[in-house]
Amino acid sequence: RLRNVRGKVRFMRYIYSVDKQYVGFATLPNQVHRKSVKKGFDFTLMVAGESGLGKSTLVNSLFLTDLYKDRKLLNAEERINQTVEITKHTVDIEEKGVKLKLTIVDTPGFGDAVNNNECWKPITDYIDQQFEQYFRDESGLNRKNILDNRVHCCLYFIPPFGHGLRPVDVEFMKALHEKVNIVPLISKADCLTPNEVKKLKDRVRDEIEHFGIKVYQFPECDSDEEEEFKQMDKELKECTPFAVIGSNTVVEARGQRVRGRLYPWGIVEVENQSHCDFVKLRNMLIRSHMHDLKDVTCDVHYENYRAHCIQEMTSKLAQDNRTDSPLPILPLPTPDVETERLIKMKDEELKRMQEMLEKMQQQMHEKDQ
Amino acid sequence: MAATDVDIFSNEEKRNLSLGGHVGFDSLPDQLVSKSVTQGFCFNILCVGETGIGKSTLMNTLFNTMFENEEASHYQNGVYLRPRTYDLQESNVHLKLTIVDTVGFGDQINKEESYKPIVDYIDTQFENYLQEELKIKRSLFNYHDTRIHICLYFIAPTGHSLKSLDLVTMKKLDSKVNIIPIIAKADTISKSELHKFKIKIMSELVSNGVQIYQFPTDDEAVTEINSSMNAHLPFAVVGSVEEVKVGNKTVRARQYPWGVVQVENESHCDFVKLREMLIRVNMEDLREQTHARHYELYRRCKLEEMGFKDTDPDSQPFSLQETYEAKRKEFLGDLQRKEEEMRQMFVNKVKETEGELKEKERELHEKFEQLKRMHQEEKRKVEEKRRELEEEMNAFNRRKVAAETLSLSQPLKKDKDKKN
Repeated sequence: RLRNVRGKVRFMRYIYSVDKQYVGFATLPNQVHRKSVKKGFDFTLMVAGESGLGKSTLVNSLFLTDLYKDRKLLNAEERINQTVEITKHTVDIEEKGVKLKLTIVDTPGFGDAVNNNECWKPITDYIDQQFEQYFRDESGLNRKNILDNRVHCCLYFIPPFGHGLRPVDVEFMKALHEKVNIVPLISKADCLTPNEVKKLKDRVRDEIEHFGIKVYQFPECDSDEEEEFKQMDKELKECTPFAVIGSNTVVEARGQRVRGRLYPWGIVEVENQSHCDFVKLRNMLIRSHMHDLKDVTCDVHYENYRAHCIQEMTSKLAQDNRTDSPLPILPLPTPDVETERLIKMKDEELKRMQEMLEKMQQQMHEKDQ
Repeated sequence: MAATDVDIFSNEEKRNLSLGGHVGFDSLPDQLVSKSVTQGFCFNILCVGETGIGKSTLMNTLFNTMFENEEASHYQNGVYLRPRTYDLQESNVHLKLTIVDTVGFGDQINKEESYKPIVDYIDTQFENYLQEELKIKRSLFNYHDTRIHICLYFIAPTGHSLKSLDLVTMKKLDSKVNIIPIIAKADTISKSELHKFKIKIMSELVSNGVQIYQFPTDDEAVTEINSSMNAHLPFAVVGSVEEVKVGNKTVRARQYPWGVVQVENESHCDFVKLREMLIRVNMEDLREQTHARHYELYRRCKLEEMGFKDTDPDSQPFSLQETYEAKRKEFLGDLQRKEEEMRQMFVNKVKETEGELKEKERELHEKFEQLKRMHQEEKRKVEEKRRELEEEMNAFNRRKVAAETLSLSQPLKKDKDKKN
């Protein structure tokens, strides 16, 4: 798309360079592009779902790297009472001069224990913590180097073995849909025939609507977009939830070396659009909507959190009855230690002065009498 | 039912005799067979696995029949078992097949109680058989045996290892029923992954002491095939009732954009192995094992609970009755004692309450007396006051009268004075 705009800009330059009325702010997109390449991008992706649904394989396939080389998987007996952990892998990758700091947040143990009551709590806590951290940083005095660790997108893996969403899927998504962009995926889609895929997708879409789960919605196209783009966008939207297959291995198919899975009855190609929706997911996640995911996280989820936080704080303050305090009731976030100390000192000073004032008043009163 | 496998004739001398001609008792197995064919056979399968894992489809594929089945929902509150009985016939052999489904297994968020309905169901079938056996007038030959002969445990094809729920459930079931673990929907695992997966599963089962059914290797006719099959456990199966044309044949298969998975192709999955083992070779052994091992274990535990012991093998039936009588007496004695206790308690309670009530009555009475006295006191005071008041009034009246008479006489005096 950007290429398109730049083309337009050059074209306009050509036409208007002769015309003195050309102002030149049409080069802004170029400037934005240049600055952003210099600054670099960051993206935090969370993957969640039960063990054995192909999450790690899919992440490796998406980013064409091996993030999970030395991980250790637990045995069944170790998982009976397993708790959910949060692990982070951060990698710096670069493509055509554009740098991306990619953080993958993993949730090992989710849904693996025998009793999975509230197993999503560590995950919601983690997301809230990142929001809180950002909130504090944003409200601080020195905002030069704020680290954005907020989760921009959560890929939720739905097993393809059932008839649709299970209670744990519903509960998880409902606990997170107002905190993070959820993109549900049908995992290990190579166990479903095309008919079964369609049936399952329809079922999952209906159940998502039925339970009121707000998954990530693709933004509407601008009306002045090219027809081809609009068509692509429409196809993308009708395809959700994406049915994906991942692979860590490269196989030979139709004379080419591709990522795929080798079976006695055929070869599944990960990037073959008639085999699965991997390409659509990759395009959506990386090539077209990565920034929109970040924007929605900042503008919607984070703002919700912030507003909620502030409201809670003000209602708490009102309850505390600080009406005789001379300090203004500013909804300050937890200030750092230094400021807090200063405030305490000033508070005490004021109290002392108030007491002295009272004493003096009393004395005067007595004198009058 | 001999408690031990002691050969009754071990102390006697056995002589091998050779026959002079054809006697004909070599037809005994045939007689047995024809009898059992007339009777018909009975087989009960329990399918344990998550909703949607392919239990119904596999049953349909195994028996080449469309058993009626509605899709189960994922939102059951708990696990419940759904047994369905069908009458099948092949050649002249009748089979009464019962398929028991575990509906809702693996769907709940808290699965700690999931194994209980399954264990309860199995125990109930054992209990029913035991009850029939202990009856005075019993008809075992006519009895519809509902004991589970085989439990097919469906493992989800994650490719990593067993799930925690699988381990917990199989441990609870392995002493009650023959378990054959199978990997369901195996067309999502590639060959190399499958090999690792099978090894991992078996090692987890062994290290946790789960006893799965081993195909018997003591009968020479089937030793070879059985022992080779034992090495292929757990079977990786694919089920399908749809027919796809492959080459010039129509086979049961699943059609994908990248190929066709044929159910009965041994290089695609282990379905054929499962069918061989389950139905064609070892069905009878499964029934036998259920009766001779699992049922006997249940029976022994149950009877021991009730207090029976195998002290005298000779007079076993006798001591059974004695013990039964003794137990009965004990039980009745217990019952009576409990009744007495309860009656005593009741009486005590009544006495207590009576006492309390009497106490309360007395208190009330006292209060009443007190109030009465107070009332009388008050009345007396009031009377006094009234009298005083009356006296005052009288005194006042007298004075008034006196004053009036005085005033009356005064003007007379004045008049008198005036007249004077």
